[in-house]
Amino acid sequence: MRLRIALQKRFEGFDLEADFSTSSARLGIFGPSGSGKSTLVGLLAGLEEPDAGLIELDGEPLYCSKRRISVPSEKRRISVVFQHAHLFPHMSARRNLLYGYRRTPAAARRIDPADLVGVLELEPLLGRDVTTLSGGERQRVALGRAVLASPRLLLMDEPLSALDEGLKYQIIPYLRAVFERFGIPLVFISHSMNEMRLMSDEVIVLRRGRVAARTTPEELARSSMGRSRAGYTNLLKASEPQAGDGAFLYRWGQNRLITSDGGTTPEALFELSSREIMLFKRHPEAISARNLFGCRIVELFDLDGRVGVELECGGERLVVQVVKEAATELGLQPGGEVHAAIKASSLRKVY
Amino acid sequence: MSLFTPSDYQAMALSARVAVTATVIAIPFGFAAAYLLVFSPVRGKRVLDGVINLPLVLPPVVVGYLLLLTFGGRGWLGSWLARWHIQVVFTWWAAVLASMVIGFPLLVRSIRLGMEGIDERLLQASRTLGAPWYDTLFSIIVPLSGRAVLAGATLMFARSLGEFGATIIFAGNIPGVTQTIPLAIYNYINVPGGDRMALSLCFVSIVLSFAVLMLNEGVVRRFGRRRSRS
Repeated sequence: MRLRIALQKRFEGFDLEADFSTSSARLGIFGPSGSGKSTLVGLLAGLEEPDAGLIELDGEPLYCSKRRISVPSEKRRISVVFQHAHLFPHMSARRNLLYGYRRTPAAARRIDPADLVGVLELEPLLGRDVTTLSGGERQRVALGRAVLASPRLLLMDEPLSALDEGLKYQIIPYLRAVFERFGIPLVFISHSMNEMRLMSDEVIVLRRGRVAARTTPEELARSSMGRSRAGYTNLLKASEPQAGDGAFLYRWGQNRLITSDGGTTPEALFELSSREIMLFKRHPEAISARNLFGCRIVELFDLDGRVGVELECGGERLVVQVVKEAATELGLQPGGEVHAAIKASSLRKVY
Repeated sequence: MSLFTPSDYQAMALSARVAVTATVIAIPFGFAAAYLLVFSPVRGKRVLDGVINLPLVLPPVVVGYLLLLTFGGRGWLGSWLARWHIQVVFTWWAAVLASMVIGFPLLVRSIRLGMEGIDERLLQASRTLGAPWYDTLFSIIVPLSGRAVLAGATLMFARSLGEFGATIIFAGNIPGVTQTIPLAIYNYINVPGGDRMALSLCFVSIVLSFAVLMLNEGVVRRFGRRRSRS
């Protein structure tokens, strides 16, 4: 996907001036509420008209004020998944799903409905009245509906923020599965750092209607780590779960990870705050923390008076933050070895 | 002995026929007007809204007189229609037209309320999924405002059953041709000893109107329930 945007739109008390181009297949747009993210979605999808500028998708102009081009929304083939599912209340889940599919010319259809129903596990919902579906189910149907229109670009406007904390991350594996299975380029809009890291490769940071930065999700997370109370959130992808005595055992890179929270799904994602990891210079004889990994220090970085430490442990990365004195006492140096201890209960299961 | 005379039965049948015809013809126009008022970006919506609502506040006699001037032999529309040998004034079509004009604001108000309750995001979703405006209109807006149309139609029907002022001026009070129930009641009151007959017709009128109101209530309530679920 190649997307070029140079847009101006004025509102009362707010104006948007976005100018960037990208070829990233998973673009994140990050910013606080009121930064212009949703306006940008409306302009991209053709639901709102810019005052001036240009939108080009794969070389084709969708909007160009100079050449007086403005492709109508229904012809852009850009699907939107909104914050709330906005399913058509008078249609069954099946008819909702097929709404866009039926309006896509046969030659442009690239996605088999049966295939999609399988990926999103929608089979049991198909005959249901959409008003009886739960929030997560509705959002899955909405995602399916958008994908079945075989869009050239999928816009996701805070698709998870209306869901409960627990439900939120249950949707993410579906989002990723859809992306991996059908390869539709997506623009993911969110104010959540974790969602950015899970759903995008490149991030445009919007602030007060302007592009404030262009970065990667990883850099974004690190740059805000010093300011955030939770520090940096490590996301640990674990697999091959085994239930043990009051705990779960996972494989994480070449390590074995013991967690108190777990499940039976073959893959799981855990959150771990950079503040909840303890470092030891030598291998401690016995500690209560259930996970102890031998790690190599990759990099040290400054964090407003504290020190961030990037570690490599058994093929995986961890970011830890310590106070300066601790860093001096432990003699932390890039290339050095340390042991990192993590309590089983500090690992919070995301999905 | 029958309670009503043949001309009473004619009046009842005519009332029903006029109200049904006026309502059925008005529905597409009412829908179009509400659509324009709610969804179209045209300017001068307020003026349009005012014109549509004017018959609601004008005395029906004024409406009837204006219709008479327009459709009369020397009226601009009347003289044009006369060329095709069509005469509206003092026919039952005049009663239909009078009912349409008087009941139209009620119909439009109700449909408009229903349309305003439709989440704009649904329409946006439909467009981004490839539906042009007319497709969105028929696949989303029409089904979602169906109950509002029904509710508006029953209101308009009830209003048409009771139409008097505009009808008597524009259509006259001709038994068997333009004499609806209210006009028949008016006649009975004006003749000595007609009180009992007037009262009987009043009773018919009350039963009819009450039935229509009940129906309207039911429709609106079901509509409300559906909306709150979605």
